[in-house]
Amino acid sequence: MPHDGASREAGEEVTMSTVSPEELNDRAQTILADIDAKGGVLKASERLSIPAQEMPNQDPGERRHNTDEVALGYSVAQARVEASRCLQCKNQPCVAGCPVSLPIRDFVSAIAANDFGKAIALIKEKSLLPAVCGRVCPQESQCQASCTVGKSLKDVDKAVAIGRLERFVADWEREQSQAPVPEVKPASGKKVAVVGSGPASLVVAADVRREGHDVTVFEAFHKFGGVMLYGIPEFRLPKAIVSAEVETLRAMGVKLIPNFLVGRTRTLQDLMDKDGFDAVFVGTGAGLPHFMNIEGENLVGVFSANEYLTRANLMRAYEKGRAATPIVDAHRVAVLGGGNVAMDAARTALRLGADEVYLIYRRTAKEMPARVEEVEHAKEEGVQFHMLRNAKRILGDDQGRVTGIECLCYELGEPDASGRRAPVAIAGSEFVLPVDTVIVAIGNGSNPLIRQTTPGLEFNKRGNIVCDENGRTSLAKVFAGGDIVLGAATVILAMGQGRRAAAAINDMLSKA
Amino acid sequence: MNPTDYAILYKRQLSENVYMMRIHAPYIAAERKPGQFILLSVDESYGERIPLTIADADAAAGSITIIFQKVGLTTTLLADLEVGDHLAAVLGPLGQPTHVSKVGTVVCVGGGIGVAPMHPIAKAFKSAGNRLICILGARNKDLVILEDEIRAFADEVIVCTDDGSAGRKALVTAPLKELCEQMPRPDLSIAIGPPIMMKFCAETVRPYGVPLIVSLNTIMVDGTGMCGGCRVTVGGETKFVCVDGPEFDGLKVDFDGMMKRLQAYRPQEQRMAAEGQEHQCRMMAQAEKLEKK
Repeated sequence: MPHDGASREAGEEVTMSTVSPEELNDRAQTILADIDAKGGVLKASERLSIPAQEMPNQDPGERRHNTDEVALGYSVAQARVEASRCLQCKNQPCVAGCPVSLPIRDFVSAIAANDFGKAIALIKEKSLLPAVCGRVCPQESQCQASCTVGKSLKDVDKAVAIGRLERFVADWEREQSQAPVPEVKPASGKKVAVVGSGPASLVVAADVRREGHDVTVFEAFHKFGGVMLYGIPEFRLPKAIVSAEVETLRAMGVKLIPNFLVGRTRTLQDLMDKDGFDAVFVGTGAGLPHFMNIEGENLVGVFSANEYLTRANLMRAYEKGRAATPIVDAHRVAVLGGGNVAMDAARTALRLGADEVYLIYRRTAKEMPARVEEVEHAKEEGVQFHMLRNAKRILGDDQGRVTGIECLCYELGEPDASGRRAPVAIAGSEFVLPVDTVIVAIGNGSNPLIRQTTPGLEFNKRGNIVCDENGRTSLAKVFAGGDIVLGAATVILAMGQGRRAAAAINDMLSKA
Repeated sequence: MNPTDYAILYKRQLSENVYMMRIHAPYIAAERKPGQFILLSVDESYGERIPLTIADADAAAGSITIIFQKVGLTTTLLADLEVGDHLAAVLGPLGQPTHVSKVGTVVCVGGGIGVAPMHPIAKAFKSAGNRLICILGARNKDLVILEDEIRAFADEVIVCTDDGSAGRKALVTAPLKELCEQMPRPDLSIAIGPPIMMKFCAETVRPYGVPLIVSLNTIMVDGTGMCGGCRVTVGGETKFVCVDGPEFDGLKVDFDGMMKRLQAYRPQEQRMAAEGQEHQCRMMAQAEKLEKK
């Protein structure tokens, strides 16, 4: 029997609040007055009874027509109330859940005590990109997953909102316009090349520069920030935040060279042999989109999420009339995949004027790798979720343009190697969704360029650079980190790797 | 001069819509090999990144030569720049270099603006000790480019025009077929030009078993493998022109699919090119007003 597949989940289960920012702030003010009246001294049971502070968001109906940031950020009162929910556990399970071991308990305590300067200083001892991580980290599966408050209330969504607090103090500092430029030690006479300018690379550049080494960042694009610029959309991570971080590096004396593709403009070996770099960090990311390998995938109107998002974000195609880079006029869009990138692509398509956006995922919502918050936001904005469906082939007209996508229905079978229940196709369940655009967001392989042009550098079967826990590769003086090592992962994991590689580089140079 | 200062050092109009420019790009000039290309952009904030082939390079002077045709918004804006102006971005050299070796007799076919990328490849095959025959095709006499430069090193040059205003009145496939019929047959053929020309070159050499290399120019955003916008079907497999190419076995390329993909943004491009010209007209009017004051 044919399935029509029109399981419209959008609009049916809106769980996020649409309470106005003003109202949320008023409620927080009242609670804060109580807390302050007690001099901030509360019993654990009192802390657990403080309501979790909701993030004020732009109205879904409005925001699907603009590219402004969706989450508006806590007010001062909300931040202090949320921070007051923290039980200040002695064993700090949250810190163990953080890939870069932020002193979470202590910075949260500083926020509750109204000392935002101290809070941000504590964070910056461990993390260089708090405004970014506060926005895009999957806190619900890291620090907040092990939060005692969430466990006591038997709901991970009720954990202390560590990410939102991190974002709050990072934004607070940026708005003070007095963010101090990190101190740089006297010149060491050593030169370090950083390849790529995503999160891992920016962290390496900062940490190595602080030790007084001469640092040059090489970026293939004309702007710096890597996936934070071309991939993550403005409505989730404003570009101004990324460029502020880049400007801090510039102020520290890091040299930034755009339009330079290591492997082509210069080989990695030549950077060391001819240009005299004493160490090289490779942070080139996961830059080769996977396709489904199904019929019709090269039709006009089929894009990788990378292409679609790069046109929209980095090339600013969303500013129609100003940007020279064209983007498809999509009306009915199918997005294939269930990760954060799929959500970004679907929500970008809505903002660029699509009437209908379908998200096609072959498992169920439970198995989706995307963050819960992103899924909820996508639903609120009107993305239609087709779960347990998968693309079989893409249909086109005689001009080679997409006219529809044929999908197959699935059911969940036994758990597979990943521990998730494997989707099994239901024979004869094909149905066609009429669409004019298909965006493939099923992940990235690793870019082959460095591999092809760097003899002696060891890669694994998946094309990722092989290195030890400190980022040391098979080549002397060459280090690596981020998605080129991890496969497609997260900003915070990339940053953590950058930190360890930078420490290893600094250690090596201090002994040289 | 700063190596990332992409100044225009020289500019010459070759025909009505075709321009030659030398650009300061010392890294690219030092590293580029025949067959490779660049991506350039004329505006830092809102510019588009377009792939262009490298027609020549001078490593000592730190410059590369590009030859381009005014077809869309970016090439229109580029054609309006003058010596001393700067490009916003030049990235390269991109793509796999041509595999150059001594094979015997090589026929290089260049159509229209495709003669520009063919020039360094033909030169390299000649330097490798091959007998070199070049077929240059264009719509008319004014659109034949680099003829003197190529005559300087090729063993034989055959010019073809659609209207017979220069050389033979023929399509490039006519002399190509004649060469394939001669014994011994050419050992290798290379075709660079409009996709339809490359497609017919493939059909011309196929019955004679003469190998054909083609160099493709597709739509790209980053040029480094990240976007996949440049993908083509070659021998039933999807390939990325930017990292797997730009050169492929011409007998295996799905040219029909590629031509459809090249049309993907035609409506948007025409709209933007028109807007670009309108913008220029407004600027000119503004400039005139200022001068009158």
